[in-house]
Amino acid sequence: MVPEQALLETQSAVEMITVVIDGFEVSVPKGTLVIRAAEKLGIQIPRFCDHPLLDPAGACRQCLVDIEINGRAFPKPQASCTIPVENNMIVKTQLTSPVAEKAQAGIMEFLLINHPLDCPVCDKGGECPLQNQAMSNGRPESRYEGVKRTFEKPVPISSQVLLDRERCVLCARCTRFSEQIAGDPFITLNERGALQQVGIYAEDPFESYYSGNTVQICPVGALTGASYRFRARPFDLVSIDSACEHCASGCAMRTDIRRGKTLRRLAGDDASVNEEWNCDKGRWAFKYLTSRERVTSPMIRGEDGELHEASWPEAIAFAASGLKAKRTGVLVGGRASVEDAYGYSKFARVALGTNDIDFRSRPHSDEETSFLTSVALGLKTTYKDIDKADKVVLLGFEPEEESPIVFLRIFKQVRKRALGVISDAPFASRGTEKLKAELVTDIATISGLTAKSVILVGERLSETVGALSLAHALAEKSGAKLAWIPRRAGERGALSAGAISTLLPGGRPISDASARVDVATAWSVDSLPTNPGRSTSEILLALSVNNLDAVVIGGVDPLDISNQALTQLLNSFVVSLEITHSSVTAIADVVLPVAAVIEKSGSFQDWQGSSRVFEKAIADSLSRSDVRILSMIADEMGTPINLPTVSATAREIAALGLWDGNVPAFEKVAPEKISASEGKLSLTSWRLLLDLGTLQDGEANLAGTARKAAAHISATRAQKLGVKAGDLISISTELGAIKLPVAISEMSDGSIWVPRNSIGSQVIANLGFVSGPVTVVKA
Amino acid sequence: MEFTADQLKIMDSIIARYPRSRSAVMPLLHYVQAIDGYITPRGIETIAKKLDIATAEVTAVSTFYTQYRTEPAGEYHVGVCVNTLCAVMGGDAIYDSLTDHLGIENHETTKDGKVSIERIECNAACDYAPVVMVNWEFYDNQTPQSVKDLVDAARAGNPPAPTRGPKTLRTWKQNSEVLAGLSDGLANEGVSAGGPSLLGLKIAKGEK
Amino acid sequence: MTPTSKLTPVLSANWDEKDSFTIEGYKRSGGYKAVTKALAMEPDAVIQMIKDSGLRGRGGAGFPTGSKWGFIPQGDNKEHYLVVNADESEPGTCKDMPLLLANPHVLIEGIIIGSYAIRANHAFIYLRGEVVHVFRRVQQAIEDAYKAGLLGKNIGGKGFDLELTLHAGAGAYICGEETALLDSLEGFRGQPRLRPPFPAIAGLYAKPTVVNNVESIASVPSIINNGIEWFQAMGTEKSKGFTLYSLSGHVNNPGQFEAPLGITLRELLDLAGGVRTGHKLKFWTPGGSSTPMFTDEHLDIPLDYEGVSAAGSMLGTKALQIFDETTCVVRAALRWSEFYKHESCGKCTPCREGTWWLVQMLHDLEDGKGTEADLTKLLDLCDNIAGRSFCALADGAVAPIMSSLKYFRDEYLEHQRNGGCPFDPVASTIFKTVGA
Ligand SMILES: Cc1cc2nc3c(=O)[nH]c(=O)nc-3n(C[C@H](O)[C@H](O)[C@H](O)COP(=O)(O)O)c2cc1C
Ligand code: SF4
Ligand code: FES
Repeated sequence: MVPEQALLETQSAVEMITVVIDGFEVSVPKGTLVIRAAEKLGIQIPRFCDHPLLDPAGACRQCLVDIEINGRAFPKPQASCTIPVENNMIVKTQLTSPVAEKAQAGIMEFLLINHPLDCPVCDKGGECPLQNQAMSNGRPESRYEGVKRTFEKPVPISSQVLLDRERCVLCARCTRFSEQIAGDPFITLNERGALQQVGIYAEDPFESYYSGNTVQICPVGALTGASYRFRARPFDLVSIDSACEHCASGCAMRTDIRRGKTLRRLAGDDASVNEEWNCDKGRWAFKYLTSRERVTSPMIRGEDGELHEASWPEAIAFAASGLKAKRTGVLVGGRASVEDAYGYSKFARVALGTNDIDFRSRPHSDEETSFLTSVALGLKTTYKDIDKADKVVLLGFEPEEESPIVFLRIFKQVRKRALGVISDAPFASRGTEKLKAELVTDIATISGLTAKSVILVGERLSETVGALSLAHALAEKSGAKLAWIPRRAGERGALSAGAISTLLPGGRPISDASARVDVATAWSVDSLPTNPGRSTSEILLALSVNNLDAVVIGGVDPLDISNQALTQLLNSFVVSLEITHSSVTAIADVVLPVAAVIEKSGSFQDWQGSSRVFEKAIADSLSRSDVRILSMIADEMGTPINLPTVSATAREIAALGLWDGNVPAFEKVAPEKISASEGKLSLTSWRLLLDLGTLQDGEANLAGTARKAAAHISATRAQKLGVKAGDLISISTELGAIKLPVAISEMSDGSIWVPRNSIGSQVIANLGFVSGPVTVVKA
Repeated sequence: MEFTADQLKIMDSIIARYPRSRSAVMPLLHYVQAIDGYITPRGIETIAKKLDIATAEVTAVSTFYTQYRTEPAGEYHVGVCVNTLCAVMGGDAIYDSLTDHLGIENHETTKDGKVSIERIECNAACDYAPVVMVNWEFYDNQTPQSVKDLVDAARAGNPPAPTRGPKTLRTWKQNSEVLAGLSDGLANEGVSAGGPSLLGLKIAKGEK
Repeated sequence: MTPTSKLTPVLSANWDEKDSFTIEGYKRSGGYKAVTKALAMEPDAVIQMIKDSGLRGRGGAGFPTGSKWGFIPQGDNKEHYLVVNADESEPGTCKDMPLLLANPHVLIEGIIIGSYAIRANHAFIYLRGEVVHVFRRVQQAIEDAYKAGLLGKNIGGKGFDLELTLHAGAGAYICGEETALLDSLEGFRGQPRLRPPFPAIAGLYAKPTVVNNVESIASVPSIINNGIEWFQAMGTEKSKGFTLYSLSGHVNNPGQFEAPLGITLRELLDLAGGVRTGHKLKFWTPGGSSTPMFTDEHLDIPLDYEGVSAAGSMLGTKALQIFDETTCVVRAALRWSEFYKHESCGKCTPCREGTWWLVQMLHDLEDGKGTEADLTKLLDLCDNIAGRSFCALADGAVAPIMSSLKYFRDEYLEHQRNGGCPFDPVASTIFKTVGA
């Protein structure tokens, strides 16, 4: 559809209203607020409490304008942020109405009488709406001669947010955000009148996953982030548009850099994805780069068994000769950019002649492989479908923990129109409670879905045999829209780049000869390997029993896969592409330093499949993207992949395009009857948003707001164990044990839930699996 | 310390009065004051739990209204109306002499915990000015001396009866319980109406 | 006409009975007859009757009560609510509390009729929390009405159900503003709501709601009983019926006077024994501190909605606070300003910051530190507050200042010339007279 046509269509759907503002006519959809209609004309009415994504408050009174309708003037100036346009409305802003101008100047004067003059030391100085609008719409000088209101300052309202109450203009943006957008009313307006102030209940800090947004939308410097406070002046910063590397929600971001160092990150605007929000992890978890020892130069393991620094040509040659003619597998972490994942995919096929490649550095199954091969890339569900859904079903997916912006989007509809949500979670987490989700224990029992329903499937669904098959059947039967939402930012892109054993780039099945020809032609090679490749766990197994000789491994934490993964690597030739030193670099034969997200350009694909492009934020970084290094090794091996730069890679991906031929049918698997093991509880787990994930390293303020790890059991079970909430219990397998305080939840008496990777609760390392039978006793 | 099972049951009965539970937050806060003498942390936490709202939301409500206290009130809480009319008619003088007499200031409590004082706003009794409220009972047409006598008697354990109220003055906590909606059975005590309230009626009837 | 015949006790007619506040006492004086009559009518006919009577809201704004009831959408399959505003906190206002103390059943009878008319099955009384004995009386009245089958299920065998809940406020003048009241009743901070939507469309729990003052609802049974003509025979052309006038302050006999709308202060003062003996009227409020003050020039203004507003003020709550020449008007304005500062809810800038500033300026003026230029500034601040704020509280806050400056500008300056207040506060106290 050509854009004009699309426009016409939307116009006929919504009634348009024409108003005159300062003598100019403008047509806007019915329901548009005057303040926004004025924006369309480029007329900026000053404001503080107004925020386009929050319910109007009309509290600050800064946006007063004169309005007349059908020749009848309102006797008083009106708050333009609360009044929707009407036909025959004539609006006069401060530009044409002396009354509006005086009203605005009067309000500004009131706001400033109690505002401290600490702009030179305030974080907001230089980017402060109060400062700016005081200049443009205020009186030249204040007539106030009294003493300003003061408060003790600053008060930490969480480990990451500080409050300077005397700077606050009481616009209630922060409190409205917390209540309306995040569903976390942990900050409120307290007291009243001139003593009114933002506050928390002393025992319950502002521990919302979205708290950083309040810092961003505070129109003054009343709320500041502990990690950024006093660090920089806005005019010293260079801002770069970027994308968030933390999860598959796909947030647009802004990264602010000063002299090669990231000082802060902010949510970017993208109405179709994150609107104007992000989560605290995306905002504040960026110190991982500097927190651990960075790999600064290539390294080769010497005869002495130690790693030694080497020159790039040396290291590349060493890697190439180590891989040449070896049976090699490729493991790509879930955080690769699309371009890097494509590099690994092409490297495996062209330089290594193998399909032994997988991006899943986490538990996975053959059922999932088939689902990803046959179904996932064809899914077209988007955020907009959630907006319009008649029901949302969450399967193996905790949106607030695993894709927080997806959570916000669902919550918005729950709040706005009581959207119904169904979840297969074993108990109602805080996020589930906010969504008022109905819990089901058996996917097969879910009914009443329609073509307007949306089924969101998380990567964890693969951990239950047959569950993906049931979800797929549910979508097929009801016509509901299905979406696959992996946790990590790189997974969806890696899948479409072919970093999996069964697919070539663009979703081309390895099993399909014409698909192989397609790619071989594009890559100017004679043929591509046809043998079915191995999955992550199969690659590791093959390495450990010498069915494979070598592995190229990029950005993988073995403990995310299984507790034996690292030992399985020990007897092989390991080429590690890494940012920082890790358990893998410690055993690798060659270590090749790669660029972090801010040091390179590239893109991710969010769960919708949309491209999320990021630019190189640190312009003069010498670090190279994975794809460039792989290309160098391939050259050295004599089997070039010709991907010298990220942009060349992106062009090649675009030229190759998507597969439009057949894909193999999804091989469904029947659900397994899980027989209760004698005397044991059935454990499930997922990761909390804030946990021990390596990308959160080095940010103690953020970690301070993480939800405390607890083991959830039913009241009956607690009684049987002789424990109450807060008591310690021990959860064990043959491998080991963890000790956690008890939380009582409504759930099956035979179940127990613990966080997967939190302090005191690292289930893969300590219990050896992410779900299964465990022994539970009072500790 | 937890509230007793009986107290928790009463809280449930308060909640049951409303179509939506959150509406019960104000009577519950009055009830917490009836038990604890002010809004205690356990009060806030229990209300939040019972109404399924955040503790911050309860705090936001409790700090908005002046009758909810952050510190214990005296057994006899004396409010002197100093809004314009009462102030002019003598409320200011009463307040000044009272602070002198007790040696405490606005919002403070005597050391024995018996009397606390507060400057209050108009209490809808202007035709009885100057007005003093003790535990939110009317003491009409006061003078500095009458109020001094009043607090002395209260400290001695035998406060005079309110002008328009029950025969004996109840304590601040007991009256908080009434505001939570728990009847103390004293409605029938006291006058129907005070003199000024009857003035127009009496004139109309030719009785004055 | 003699002054006596000017009075028309209706709501107060039985207050001199010892048990006027009991259900027996109320019934003895003819109570609960109107309910039977009303329940025999169609609900819409009840609404029409109240419309036709011309009854206007007694809470301050004078909005026609019947029209307000008529705004409730019918057949919408939603719950409807009637909420009685018994927050009475406007300085000077003291009619609803004595009414509820002496005769709570007349309100309950009005509530039953009003709820029936608007098809509400749950009504609320939001009573200010600082009057415990009034709470007791209303609570007992409700209990007794339940026992008598006047509340609860199937009232009077007519298939009409009504629950009535009494709710205590906790000290916040703003909760008299109807939308703040609704937020408070829902368990939030009592801050006013954006309008539209108006309560008639989305009020309590976002359902169609009528909010009426105590006196408005309490006036309903008498209209049902005695008819429209009876009611219309009282009052003036656009202000029909009787109402409670409350005289307080420097009058010899302060108190409540139930009279037809349109009576003058001169007439009322006559009934109250005149201004304090030996003194003369200086200024007075027609309807609480939020209504611009009048002086002795205004003694003959008819105290109805039109008369008072034509003279530049508002009838408000008919709270006639009388101040004689011993009273310093600057002190009065300051004290009222302190009230508004204390009671500003804090939501909007001009009210929150403006009242804070006004108090400081008035303090300085009272202390003799203000200049002529400060008066100009003071007026300009008032201008920046009134009509710029979220709700009418702030308009009320500037009323005493602007009106006192209009009539007593020189008294403000006299403070500067005198280096402080020229008045002796003792002279204005009641003990002065007592002692004298
Ligand atoms: C600041 C403010 C305080 C008010 N206080 C009261 C009050 O205490 N009692 C009351 O009945 N109306 C009060 N009102 C008026 C109410 O908003 C509302 O108009 C009234 O209760 C409607 O009832 P009526 O139509 O029966 O008069 C107040 C209004 C404002 C703006
Ligand atoms: S005018 Fe504004 S601050 Fe004042 S009470 Fe109304 S809303 Fe609250
Ligand atoms: S921006 Fe309109 S009132 Fe605040």
